[in-house]
Amino acid sequence: MIIEAQGLTKTYQSKSGPVHALAGLDLQVPRGTVKALLGPNGAGKTTVVKMLTTLIRPDAGTAVIDGIDVVRDPKLVRRIIGVSGQYAAVDENLTGFENLEMVGRLYHLGGAAARKRAQELIDLFELTAAGNRPVKGFSGGMRRRIDLAGALVINPKVLFLDEPTTGLDPRSRIALWDVIKRLVADGTTVLLTTQYLEEADQLADDIVVIDDGRVIAEGTSDHLKAQIGGHRLVVALVDAADSPAAQDILARYGSGSPSVSTDGRGVDVAVTDGPSALQNVLADLRAAQINLHDAGMRRPTLDDVFLKLTGHKADAGVPDDSADDSEDGGPKLSKRAQAKRAQARAANTDTADLETVK
Amino acid sequence: MTPRHAAAPSEPSTSAPTTSEPTTSAPSTSAPTTITSGSERGESRIGTLPPLPTWNPLSLWYSDGWTVTKRNLIKIKRSPDMLVFAVIQPIMFVLLFSQVYGGAIAVAGSDYTQFLMAGIFAQTVVFGATFSGAAMALDLKEGIIDRFRSLPMNASAVLIGRTNGDLVLNTISMVIMMATGLAVGWRVTSSPLEFLAGVGLLLLFGYAFSWVMALLGMSVKSPEVINNASFLVLFPLTFVSNAFVPIETLPTVLRVFAEWNPVSSLVQAVRQLFGNLGTAPVPDIWTMQNPILTVLGGITVMLLVFVPLCIRKFASISSR
Repeated sequence: MIIEAQGLTKTYQSKSGPVHALAGLDLQVPRGTVKALLGPNGAGKTTVVKMLTTLIRPDAGTAVIDGIDVVRDPKLVRRIIGVSGQYAAVDENLTGFENLEMVGRLYHLGGAAARKRAQELIDLFELTAAGNRPVKGFSGGMRRRIDLAGALVINPKVLFLDEPTTGLDPRSRIALWDVIKRLVADGTTVLLTTQYLEEADQLADDIVVIDDGRVIAEGTSDHLKAQIGGHRLVVALVDAADSPAAQDILARYGSGSPSVSTDGRGVDVAVTDGPSALQNVLADLRAAQINLHDAGMRRPTLDDVFLKLTGHKADAGVPDDSADDSEDGGPKLSKRAQAKRAQARAANTDTADLETVK
Repeated sequence: MTPRHAAAPSEPSTSAPTTSEPTTSAPSTSAPTTITSGSERGESRIGTLPPLPTWNPLSLWYSDGWTVTKRNLIKIKRSPDMLVFAVIQPIMFVLLFSQVYGGAIAVAGSDYTQFLMAGIFAQTVVFGATFSGAAMALDLKEGIIDRFRSLPMNASAVLIGRTNGDLVLNTISMVIMMATGLAVGWRVTSSPLEFLAGVGLLLLFGYAFSWVMALLGMSVKSPEVINNASFLVLFPLTFVSNAFVPIETLPTVLRVFAEWNPVSSLVQAVRQLFGNLGTAPVPDIWTMQNPILTVLGGITVMLLVFVPLCIRKFASISSR
């Protein structure tokens, strides 16, 4: 294990009482693998990364990176890690090259080596066009790439990526995924946080699902999907008026009760023997003269996993401005995040079903 | 912070000599070298790296400080708004006060322009220090502090680079102001050596005050707050002083504040060193009678208190 953390705890004080950003979190990352920390806003993902990268100290618990204790020897840890944060931490007034050169110098590579390395990364990340212009004029995706390049200046033993694609448009996100996949193929150990389930699925060997500052599930993507059973059977009705009848039919062959989309047209249910259930359902629907737009089976998504594990959806798409964070801003923000989450919970019956039928 | 610099001349490449490292850190001795030789999976790391040079702690500290200073100098060069503010504001103040108030404010034993200039200089270096506060707050918000803090650099380097940047900006402002002052009739009547001592005192005071503002910048919750917060500090400091009016004209409470205000001593010291005192009587207060000593004392106290406070604060801050 290159990362070994036990019982990480962080509590912030707020007016409404203590907020547990982390409540005894354990984490192990084997060398050369990619681990994703998956969770909604305020789950504690950023707090974990900040602890492991020596930015904040845990109230309790220990963390060791490549044999070095992060609390006792932060400076030694800093020599072997690379960090790319949620917001691209690049200096707007410097060019891409100058940013990378500065980072190289601060890793104490020396001037000549820092410049050589900066140029190398500019070429590798295909930033050549932007290398000599101030970052100010760059797109979000370009900034992220420079920030990521900054994390790679020393070929770190462990690379931390805190929500690497939050706020990017889909195209930039896919482009950044490609870059990260290349790194991963090179054997860099990566700890990634994300609230995008698809991102964890795409990039990680192993996924740790966290919520309210603790681990609620862990395993490969397939393993997690298997936890909520096999396939789901999905039908899309032409007429919403048929919905109750369709639900009855699906309930006959499914395990558990069917869920319905807000407009009533989408109905789905978990099934154990997918193909024969589908045949039976289709036969019964035809007998009941219910017309279909679409029907089929799908593997459960991580969204389903999350819903099952936490009782609420992973509200992707909202930036993680949460409990994680500085002593100063922490409590207030976390309260806001909690409110946001409560809202998401309330809305969840609707949104969940819309999602699954699509 | 671990006491890592203790007698380790080639610090980054061998951490073994570091005193009192616990045994868990043993594997780290090889850390920087593995960077050069690639990972356990071998050849295909992202690009190649040259071997790390060896440094002694002092040159390491110097190099880090200079690297961050350079960053801030590039920033000054590339943000015209900052330069414009630093250049236009002092010109404006010199012209405004000398031309608008000059006729109305009578100063015993001197004409108002001679009296005013030291005040404007002092005001400008004190205001110049706000850049440090604003810049620290902004760097914190943008996550640049997080980036710096995750690097194995010296903890004081970011602050040193920051305050050095202010020093450069203040020097530029000073040159512009002096030229403007000369144009409206201000004259230095002392020796070149005294003149330089005056300039040095102003810049040193501004530098020390930058550390005060840097601490403020790291303590506020957002960059937007810092401007308001600084004005709350700056206006009383610069206006309740002898910078623009003779101290005797103030009501008692304000007069006592002004007499003990370090900015008053700075202004008084600079007037003395530039030969702008005229024949006006000096208030019979120790701080005004010995302004140079008072200012040097004030600068020493500011540095002794705020440099350690800033470094300690820096080691615990993180974005949002």
